Parts: sequence; C-alpha cells; structure tokens
Amino acid sequence: MNNKMKLKISHTTSYHYDKPVPYALQQLRLRPKSRPNQAVLAWDINIAGGRRQVSFEDEHANTVDLISFEPGVQDITVHCEGEVDVSDNAGVTGKHLGFVPLWLFERSTPLTVAGPNVRGLVSEFDKPKDTLEMLHELSAHILEKVPYSTDQTSSELTAEQVVEAGHGVCQDHAHVFIAAARSLGIPARYVSGYLMMDDRVSQDASHAWAEAHTPGLGWVGFDISNGISPDARYVRVATGLDYLGAAPVSGMRYGHGTENMLVKLQVEQQ
Amino acid sequence: MAESPKFYDEMYGHGDAARVPYSDYAKWFSGEEVGNLRRKSSQAEALFRLTGITFNVYGMEEETERLIPFDIVPRIITAKEWAMLEKGIDQRVRAINSFLHDIYHRQEIVRAGRIPEEMIAKNDAFLPQMIGVAPPGNIYTHIVGTDLVRTGENEFYVLEDNARTPSGVSYMLENRETMLHMFPELFSRNKVRRVSHYPRSLRRSLSACAPPVCLENPVVAVLTPGIHNSAYYEHAFLADQMGVELVEGQDLRVIDGRVAMRTTKGYEPIDVLYRRVDDEFLDPMNFNPDSVLGVPGILDVYRAGGITIANAPGTGIADDKAIYSYMPEIVEFYTGEKAILKNVPTWRCSEPEALQYVLDNLPELVVKEVHGSGGYGMLVGPAASKKELAAFRAKLEAKPGNYIAQPTLSLSTVPILAKSGLAPRHVDLRPFALASPKGVEIIPGGLTRVALKKGSLVVNSSQGGGTKDTWVLED
Repeated sequence: MNNKMKLKISHTTSYHYDKPVPYALQQLRLRPKSRPNQAVLAWDINIAGGRRQVSFEDEHANTVDLISFEPGVQDITVHCEGEVDVSDNAGVTGKHLGFVPLWLFERSTPLTVAGPNVRGLVSEFDKPKDTLEMLHELSAHILEKVPYSTDQTSSELTAEQVVEAGHGVCQDHAHVFIAAARSLGIPARYVSGYLMMDDRVSQDASHAWAEAHTPGLGWVGFDISNGISPDARYVRVATGLDYLGAAPVSGMRYGHGTENMLVKLQVEQQ
Repeated sequence: MAESPKFYDEMYGHGDAARVPYSDYAKWFSGEEVGNLRRKSSQAEALFRLTGITFNVYGMEEETERLIPFDIVPRIITAKEWAMLEKGIDQRVRAINSFLHDIYHRQEIVRAGRIPEEMIAKNDAFLPQMIGVAPPGNIYTHIVGTDLVRTGENEFYVLEDNARTPSGVSYMLENRETMLHMFPELFSRNKVRRVSHYPRSLRRSLSACAPPVCLENPVVAVLTPGIHNSAYYEHAFLADQMGVELVEGQDLRVIDGRVAMRTTKGYEPIDVLYRRVDDEFLDPMNFNPDSVLGVPGILDVYRAGGITIANAPGTGIADDKAIYSYMPEIVEFYTGEKAILKNVPTWRCSEPEALQYVLDNLPELVVKEVHGSGGYGMLVGPAASKKELAAFRAKLEAKPGNYIAQPTLSLSTVPILAKSGLAPRHVDLRPFALASPKGVEIIPGGLTRVALKKGSLVVNSSQGGGTKDTWVLED
C-alpha cells in the first residue's frame, strides 16, 4: 500500500424524468476541500440541463452548490472531474475546527437514534479504556453483526432498522456506528467521499464512512464496511450529522414524473 | 377603586384621585354619560368588523379567527415612565442580537460559564444551519415584541421577549385609528405621541438591513402562510401600509442566485423578506420537508448573502423560557451594563436550592415547563387545589430540570368601561421595537392587553382578553 497517491476522479450523476420538470432545485455537496492529508489539485463541476444559483459554505465547512433545473427539462447531468493528492494518515483528520460545538455531534438525528437494537449492539462496550481501540473494536463488531450486503430493500434506513435487517451498505454501517458512538457519549459524524477500490477503475457508487472524535487525536475515520481506517485511497468530500447532511445530491422538485438516476464513477491512480 | 386594593391601579394608584397622566381623562369622563359611551363602544366594535381586523397573538395560532374586544378607556403612560421603558427595551434588544450572534459563532457566553452549555445543547430552538451565518449588520431579530407587566408605581417586569415573529402591531395601529375617529376631542386635550408612522419605520428599518448585493432601493416583501393563517389580516395590513408586496411561498422562485417574486413584469428579486412563516415551515429543502408554505432554497440564498430574512431563522433560542431566566446575565455580558428592565424572579428547579424553595412555597408560585408553551403543563399555585398541588409536587420531584417557577405577579389594573362605569381590570403591555444597523427604534405605545373578566390575571385573547389604545404622553 502506497502512503501517497494521486487520484483522478470522474463522477457523473444523471437524472431522467418521464415528464418535463417545471421547477426543481438540488443541493450539491460535491466539492472536496484541501486539508492536511488531501490536496485538491483540480476540481470542476459541470451541469447539463441546469445552472448554478448560489454557493456557500455550510456549518460543517462543506461547500454547497445550489442548482436549479432549466424549466421543462427531462434530463439533468451533474459531472464532477478532478485530481486529488492523498496521503495516508491512518484515518486521522485531526483537531476539531470551526464554530460547530462538539456536543452537536453527540445529538442523535432521526437516522441515528440509538434504540434497543443499537444499544444491544454496544451493551458490551464502555466509554473508558482506550477510546481509539474501543472504536476499532466497535467498528469490527458492527461489521460482524451487520455484514455488508447490497441486497437492501430501501435507502435511508435508520440505524435501528439496519441492525434489525442484519445487513447493510456503507451508508447503513456509518449510521449504526454513529448511533452507537453517540450513545456512548462520543461525538461522531458522517463522511461522504470516494474510495478507489484496488481491483477496478469503475466504482459502483460514492462511498461513506464515519468519523469519531477522540480526546488525543481529534477526528478519526472508520470505514466500517471495509474494517479499516481511511488511507490514501480515500477522498473526503463532505461531512454532516448523518447522510442527509452530507449527501452528494439532495433536492426537491415540483411535478409528478418519476425519476431515474444513474451514477458513473471512476477513480483511478495517476 | 377599593375593589382590589392589593393591586396597583394605573388610573387611581392606591387612592381615589386620578394620577396626573389620567387627570384630564378622568375630568373628561366625569362629564360624559356612561350610556352614551357604551353606545360609542359598540360603534367602535362595528368599525373593527367593517375593516375585518381579526388576529391572534403569538402562540395561539390554533385559534380560529375572531374579533378581539376593544375597550375605549385608554391606557396612559407618562413621558418619564416611557423614557425608562424605552431605554430598557433598547438595551435588551441590543443584548439579544449580540447574544444571537455569539450563540451562532464562538459561544463566548458559554465559554465564560455565564450560561450552562446544556441550555443551548438541549434546546430545540437552536438551529445548527445558522452556525456561522452573520446577517447584514449582525441583526438577527429585527422586530421584537417585549411583553411587560407593571406591579407598582415604578415597578415594571419583562414577562417574555418575543424575538421570533411577534404579532399584534396591527391592533396597536387600528386601536389608535379608532380612538382618533371616535374621540377626536381627547387628542386635542392630551398630547399623545403618534404611532401611525410604524409602517414607515418598519419599512425603513427593514430596508437598512438589505444584503450587500442590493445596490439601491431595497425591495421588501411580506411572506404570509396565506389566508387561512389567523394573523393573515395583519400580514396583508402591514404589506399594504408599507406599500410592499404580500407574497406566499408559491409565488417565489430561486432565480439568478436571488429569491424572486412573480410580478406582472416577470420575476423581481427580493432584498428583504419580512416573513411571518415559522422557521420550521420556511424552507422545505432545509427544514420540514412537508411544508408547503415555504420557499425551497431560501436558506441557501440567505447563506450565500442573496437575501435578508427578518426575523432571522433560529432567533427562538433567545426567547425560550429557560434562556429567559438568564437575561440579566445576557444583558450584562454583552452591554457591560446592569439590565434596566427587571426579569420576573425565576427559580430554575434544576438547581437543588431553588427546587427546595419552590417545593416549600408551591401554593404561592406559578410553575411552568421549560419548553412548554400556551399555558400547558403549568401550575398556578394560588388557584390550585390540594390534590393538584400534590400531583405537581410529585412531577417536580421526578423531573426538576423540566420546570421553572415564578412568583404570582400582582399585575396592575387599568379601568375598562363596564356596564355601570369604570371597573379595574388587569393589563399587560407589548411595545414593538425595530432593530437595524442604524439602531433600535421603539414605537411609543404598543399593544395593551386587558383581562375583561373581573379578577382574572389572564390577558390572552383566547381567555376573554381584550385590547386598549396605549397612550404615551409627550413631555
């Protein structure tokens, strides 16, 4: 494993509607930021069928683009392309910065409520001893109890529902981990980003993992689905309290048509 | 006024002779015939029905539309009393805006240990989406309605700071209009300060808060939830009086990085939106996704500096009941001065000593839920039965942090025109303050609410309360 990589990313999200859409907006959280172990060399977002309205930095320092659809379109494509230098930092993203108080990351959100299922999962865990070691054990424990599987029935399951289902994808794992960590009094957050899988260029979808705040190191990432902390193959794009706060694309539209979404993602080492 | 000697009467004090500010009115009244005045009073009511004024004060949104009774006896405040109130409200409004900026940035007041972290952390009124957002001039609450009560000659207390979307100002204006129409002679005999400039002041104050993207002549609009809202009359009235558009969410779109309204000439960008839609319903993309009253994406445009929203989202953190008890600390922390207006003494039951005091004195106290509103889950000690007191005692002991307690206040009275003449009834006062980078303007007067039932301390319109014209006399 290299501890430094230059990754080239091409990420296209296309939406098709069976009827013209009179008015729609989308929030994009698709701009990775340069940070100590991640240098964004180039990054462009092109939109076909829509236009950028405003950009701003949200409370988690994500750059958000608000785009609107051209009136009456049936197709819209959001294409991101760029190059990012990443170095392996054992998943440590560091000291907590910005105005968001740490306690906000201990508050549960509707997707990350720790009910009986999550609490059952963490019953043998306790906050004391080494927080970092404990979080690694927690991550492994979740993967053991809720193995990775793509035959999910629904997106946006709550942490409780995921444990109940007994399997999940990266987003689900992140939610269970976040709910569990918060129930133990550890601040935790959701991360959306890219992962270069070693055996292929075309990836299925963008990736998600979680970060927890530890007393010594600050924020540390845990990719529960892969049982590791993020390394030089991971590009961190956005963070939030859960998926909804860090989603690459979220939006609303007027009209009644049905939506079909297609994602094409390539991550390759230069 | 021997009826309730326990209470301070604003017309007669504790004696039989009218106090100076009321002396001319008392003289005039003694020359009038009660029957004639009662007929005039019915005419006034007919006038209100004609204009169609109906509304409900903040926090009673569930009420159906109704006419709030108007009493023709004015409530009179001296220049000296007003000068003190004005200074006190100005100080409080400035402190609240500084507090809001701090709470959504560094939270120095929490770091300094003046407010416990959990007061913010466990508070639903704290909006994470507002973290780091600095609106033009750092004004978060542009329109404030400070609820005051009086208990003696020089005793005023703030009951609550309405920093979200205070309503009732249309009543202040219509009450005066009606009095001028019915009793013009009173206004030539008494030098009463005008309130009719409120809509102009409101527009000027809102315009002064336009975002930097607006280069000249700010476009202001009023956002209403629509005709079914209980305060719709007030929304339409204010838009009309300011000479600006009244809009609903469905009239607005995000266009060219701005929030624009549909007009006959196409879409026109709005610089300042005076919204009368609650935070939760303001933007379905960022808050409650089921809201059909709001404007999708308005928060994004706001955060990018493309529009001013008045009042800003998230101002509820400043007028919450638990935060209220810290207002003296808040005023001191941000202004470096002692609070001019007193808070009602408040025992936070989360503190063991306070809890003990509350349990020992329960029959004399009013106990409220920290996050409750609309009078639910509240105990009024003097009016409670032994059984109710015992039940509440158990609740307090089980969850003390959920409650605050206050003494039962001896609200002042002002006479109303009853069947046989003047009769004292309890009142409160909501003056309206406008904040902009140019300063705080407080309209001399406000909304006086009056409990029409004899002995009642509840002035709310839903409990049989009415309103009065409020006079502030010139020096």
